[in-house]
Amino acid sequence: MTATKTRSGGGAASAPTQLTMAGALNAALRDAMAEDDRVVVYGEDVGPLGGVFRVTDGLQHQFGDERIWDSPLAESGIVGTAIGMAIYGMRPVVEMQFDAFSYPAFEQIVSHVAKMRNRTKGRVSLPLVVRIPCAGDIGGVEHHSDSSESYWASTPGLTVVMPSNPADAYSMLREAIASDDPVIFMEPKSRYWAKAPLALPVTTAPMHRALVVREGSDVTLIGYGPTVRTALEAADAAVDEGLSIEVVDLRSLSPFDDETVSASVRKTSRAAVIHEAAQFGGFGAEVAARVTERNFFHLAAPVLRITGFDIPYPSPKLEEYHLPTADRVLAALASWEWDLS
Amino acid sequence: MSLNVEHDAARRALPSEKPLRLLDNAGHAVTGAATGGFSLPGTETLLDLYRKMVVARRFDVQVTALTKQGRLATYPSAYGQEACEIGAVSAITADDWLFPTYRESVALLTRGIDPGDILKSFRGDWHSGYDQRAHRTSPQTTPLATQALHAVGLAHAARLRHDPIVALTFMGDGATSEGDAHEAFNFAAVWQTPTVFIVQNNQFAISVPLARQTHAATLADKAVGYGMPGFHVDGNDVAAMYAVTHAAVDRARSGGGPTLIEGLTYRVEAHTNSDDPTRYRHARDVEHWKRRDPIERLEKYLVSEGALTEATRSEITDAAEALAAHTREVITTEAELDPLELFDHVYANPRAALLEQRARLEAELAEAAAEPR
Ligand SMILES: Cc1ncc(C[n+]2csc(CCOP(=O)(O)OP(=O)(O)O)c2C)c(N)n1
Ligand SMILES: [Mg+2]
Repeated sequence: MTATKTRSGGGAASAPTQLTMAGALNAALRDAMAEDDRVVVYGEDVGPLGGVFRVTDGLQHQFGDERIWDSPLAESGIVGTAIGMAIYGMRPVVEMQFDAFSYPAFEQIVSHVAKMRNRTKGRVSLPLVVRIPCAGDIGGVEHHSDSSESYWASTPGLTVVMPSNPADAYSMLREAIASDDPVIFMEPKSRYWAKAPLALPVTTAPMHRALVVREGSDVTLIGYGPTVRTALEAADAAVDEGLSIEVVDLRSLSPFDDETVSASVRKTSRAAVIHEAAQFGGFGAEVAARVTERNFFHLAAPVLRITGFDIPYPSPKLEEYHLPTADRVLAALASWEWDLS
Repeated sequence: MSLNVEHDAARRALPSEKPLRLLDNAGHAVTGAATGGFSLPGTETLLDLYRKMVVARRFDVQVTALTKQGRLATYPSAYGQEACEIGAVSAITADDWLFPTYRESVALLTRGIDPGDILKSFRGDWHSGYDQRAHRTSPQTTPLATQALHAVGLAHAARLRHDPIVALTFMGDGATSEGDAHEAFNFAAVWQTPTVFIVQNNQFAISVPLARQTHAATLADKAVGYGMPGFHVDGNDVAAMYAVTHAAVDRARSGGGPTLIEGLTYRVEAHTNSDDPTRYRHARDVEHWKRRDPIERLEKYLVSEGALTEATRSEITDAAEALAAHTREVITTEAELDPLELFDHVYANPRAALLEQRARLEAELAEAAAEPR
């Protein structure tokens, strides 16, 4: 993994402590709010409760309710008003409580957040962040485990990122808030409680870059958010089978880092993409197409997609059958005809 | 009337079902309860509003004609709605923000935006053609009621910054059925933002009449449920639209929160040039409303007051004709469009993939230019 370094311009880095992704996101919001009073945070239950995932824990106590507050319960209203605030020069960071509950805001995001800058020839940029807890594997009842990333990623004008670990969560959220472009910031719920030793503030690679998080020589596994862990597990397990897997963490879906992905694929000559979302029309199709278009003559096998089934997200007791697992990844790789000589 | 003093009563009381009015259709000053306690603006103000309406009408008629000649892709006319738009927009200052819809071209004209810039979007040059920041006017919004939330957000930001800025936004009667209208009214009231909502009730949403949008007695009634004052105003009475909006703007600016103002008016023209209103309404209804013309009404009053001299009248006519000539000229001058600009404003941070696509189009264009004709 690319080494992380202390964020320049920030205060002295703290000694490393075990931090969850939720904690890292909380710290990123705190530091961004302290640094820039144009940064305001609102959404549902983000105030005294600190958000249902506690990402905004303690922030209202520290900054007061003119910087972070509970808005009325209406997602289109939350994003629509954030647009107005951004026009006035604020940098709103708004929270959708769960991904499926971002759908009431779909029109505001697709018709305005994505298009305002283009419509106004760059006179009106919208430097806002829509945070969306996403994906499943948390035993959530219906509507609490959707993977909506391809809706956003296929919308020109949006920047769509998804960190997979606490360090990236901190660094990428800081970068998203500082960006003059609107960012859909997707937070994989199943990774909220994953811990890593972290000294803050931390700056990882720029958020538009994909990262090779494990080097290998036989296959490139491409994941993002929750499936980076799946890919790493598969890579570990594959060692016993004599297979060397390289893992790429996309981090950003839009823009897409063709350079890093293609370089890895040209090295290994085989690629598979993993995501929780359904396969049909999913983001994996874009990955497979891009990889193939750019590297066809370097490929020894068709690009595979290991994804959720083309079904509505299952109920908690059945979700394990739906989610792509390391075993399923290895089984899919075994479907290739291998000639490693 | 000071809305501050009346605030508590106003936010609990249903607006009068009879539209609030300061000038009746015969051009007589109204007295008594129908005025809602508002007083007629001074002659100077009324003359100014008259001038703006005459110029705007001429503009609107000119643009409709140009559209019929095929010069514009579409134009949603504001014929007959001048009082509603101009009365309201004249009540805000250049520092305030305006969030209009496609219907409010004459409001934009009144705000000082050049016809050429207003019409760029309707001609098809770009999605919005004026300098939104210089004019503090957001793009004319098409997705119904969405712009009302932008107005609320901007007003809230201004309030947090302690800037005395008001955001005025328009929406149609049909748009009040949209969820975003509800969310905007509610957010504005809960946050007490300096926002003024103008609902232009022109009684149609394309072909669908008001009765199919609401079962409420008036659209202004909705305000009560949000805890904000609502006014049901004669939208063809520019004096009333101006006076009520002015009071609402003052109240908003001084921290008194949002107001909903319904202007009852009528869409005299088709929804846009591609609409056929004979399929859904009678010509006699249109004639009925044409006899309630907002400009004639004010003109009668000004003449009866001796405030409209022949000299002023001809000076206004000249100004209107000059604007029409300017409009014809800017519309018939072909715009120089650069297809490569399609890529230039999508993101603040340049993207490799987009630059590649831009280069591809550039090469195509160069190739086409090099081909012998
Ligand atoms: C969300 C949305 N749905 C549908 C449309 C298509 N549409 C454009 S104008 C219109 C009628 C709007 O009526 P109203 O709000 O009364 O405004 P008016 O055109 O009468 O000024 C419709 C249905 C749209 N622009 N946006
Ligand atoms: Mg209407």
